[in-house]
Amino acid sequence: MLLSMEHLRKEYPNGKIAVDDFNLEVDKGEFIAFIGTSGSGKTTTMRMINRMLNQTSGTIKIDGKDISKMDPVKLRRSIGYVIQNTGLMPHMTIQENIEIVPKLLGWSKEKRAEQAHKMIELAQLPDDMLQRYPGELSGGQQQRIGVVRALAADQRIILMDEPFGALDPITRESLQDLVKHLQEDLGKTFIFVTHDMDEALHLATRVVIMSHGKQVQVDTPENILRHPANEFVTNLIGEERLIRAQPNILTVSQIMLKTPVSITPDKTLDDAIDLMHDRRVDTLLVTDDNGVLEGFVDLDDINRITDGTTLISRFTNRKVFYVQANSLIGDTVDRILKQGVKNVPVVDAKKHLVGIVTRTALVDIVYDALRGAPEANEEPASPINADIHAAANHEGGDTAQ
Amino acid sequence: MTHFLATYGWQLVAKTGQHLYISAAALALGVIVAVPLGILLTRMKHGANFVITLAGVLQTIPAMALLAMMIPIFGIGSTPAIVALFIYSLLPILRNTYLGMQGVSPTVRDAAKGMGMTWWQMMVRAEIPLAAPVIMAGIRLSATYVIAWATLASYIGAGGLGDFIFNGLNLYRSDLILGGSIPVILLALLIDYLLGKVERAVTPRPLR
Repeated sequence: MLLSMEHLRKEYPNGKIAVDDFNLEVDKGEFIAFIGTSGSGKTTTMRMINRMLNQTSGTIKIDGKDISKMDPVKLRRSIGYVIQNTGLMPHMTIQENIEIVPKLLGWSKEKRAEQAHKMIELAQLPDDMLQRYPGELSGGQQQRIGVVRALAADQRIILMDEPFGALDPITRESLQDLVKHLQEDLGKTFIFVTHDMDEALHLATRVVIMSHGKQVQVDTPENILRHPANEFVTNLIGEERLIRAQPNILTVSQIMLKTPVSITPDKTLDDAIDLMHDRRVDTLLVTDDNGVLEGFVDLDDINRITDGTTLISRFTNRKVFYVQANSLIGDTVDRILKQGVKNVPVVDAKKHLVGIVTRTALVDIVYDALRGAPEANEEPASPINADIHAAANHEGGDTAQ
Repeated sequence: MTHFLATYGWQLVAKTGQHLYISAAALALGVIVAVPLGILLTRMKHGANFVITLAGVLQTIPAMALLAMMIPIFGIGSTPAIVALFIYSLLPILRNTYLGMQGVSPTVRDAAKGMGMTWWQMMVRAEIPLAAPVIMAGIRLSATYVIAWATLASYIGAGGLGDFIFNGLNLYRSDLILGGSIPVILLALLIDYLLGKVERAVTPRPLR
């Protein structure tokens, strides 16, 4: 474990508790985003990692070593630090800025210069910019330097405090790509404080949601979108974002009907008609005794046969289109719609029938994703939507209700 | 003019030398005390206002009175003059140092500390270079004050160009009065010009 924080607590002399019982284990190469409202303790927690603040109680360990027993100056030199508004030294050239920590560590002049050239390349900026001053660069360029400066002495952990908050959206995105690259390709570990949920979800491998000094939820972006821990998290993420994310986080099993009407091949045509009549469906899925999907029969096939004792296996359609229960809606919905089938059976890994997806359910998902209307699941929100529902119901029938 | 120089030439050089010595000594003491004190004040939560107000109060004591007050303590000669002028030089340097250090952006300070600079390194590599132009402006202002007031030092036997002026006043000799005051003015202008050069030199290039 690269970094571990146990029972961290920060209490100010005036009695205000900024951080309360914070626990987190961070592995090498992780990208942790701290997010929360202002005053949630996210920046305070981050600043305790390089001892810009000292915790009231609890321990922080890096590589198993308690940082409170280290020299804070040495500790800080080993941890990258990026803040909003860059923190570049205005009276130093870009090269001198990049070389600050290497110089503090006593690197030779040649080694420092070599590193500066390497870093400016990493920042994807022209080499001659090294001789310029921060004031001559745009905000985005300055922060690129701010980011690579934090790696100039081969720091493994980089702390970032709302580094892109002051940048316009396009510049911000290109910087996000830069840090993502540093994390994924160079294996750097980032602790990133932000109040921008899109940024957190986009960059982080794990998101730490904080409120009033406490951790509310710690999980991957996918899991947080899928299972927000409570109303606070839902609000923080925003209904809009949750709905838009649905196709990419919902699995087929979450929208399928779990009671597909099925029949075994040894039954007869009469049995099939009875079952259809009882359950008010026009299609039956055919499974063997173990529940493995074999095919389907529908009303058209049954109509053409007059002998009621014919075995189901004789007229089963074996060309059946099905989907896996654990596949994502986003990946599946196009395929389902293109097939032009009314209903799609859902199977598990061993092809056991576990459910059925109707076109109605798909319409809801597509509609929600496009329009962002959460109530559409329950009832149509607009006349147009009502038409779609009606059409879907009409087309899909009551197959498996 | 030539007559004046022929008669008082060497005396003029000697008095100018004395004048410069008194001023430079007072200013040097002022810098040595006020710059570190000003920096220290920015590190203290309380007390800064008090100290700066105190320096302001000292500044309001009439120059003549302050010089006279030095006599019981230091006697006559250049020492009491240097001490009195030193007290005068404090306020501009102290105030500018304080303001200059306060003016260093907290972001820069936070970044410097966060990157692992020691207190001393933060001072020398980040804060003082950035505050230098403002500190230097204070020193420059003090220098012109001190040169001007050093003329009064002649009254307590410290010598300097004031000797010409006071002799001229006593003897009602305008050549002596002008012979003393014009060099003081020129001296003040020259020093101000030279310190202006220094101020520019200590200003980091991108901030000029």
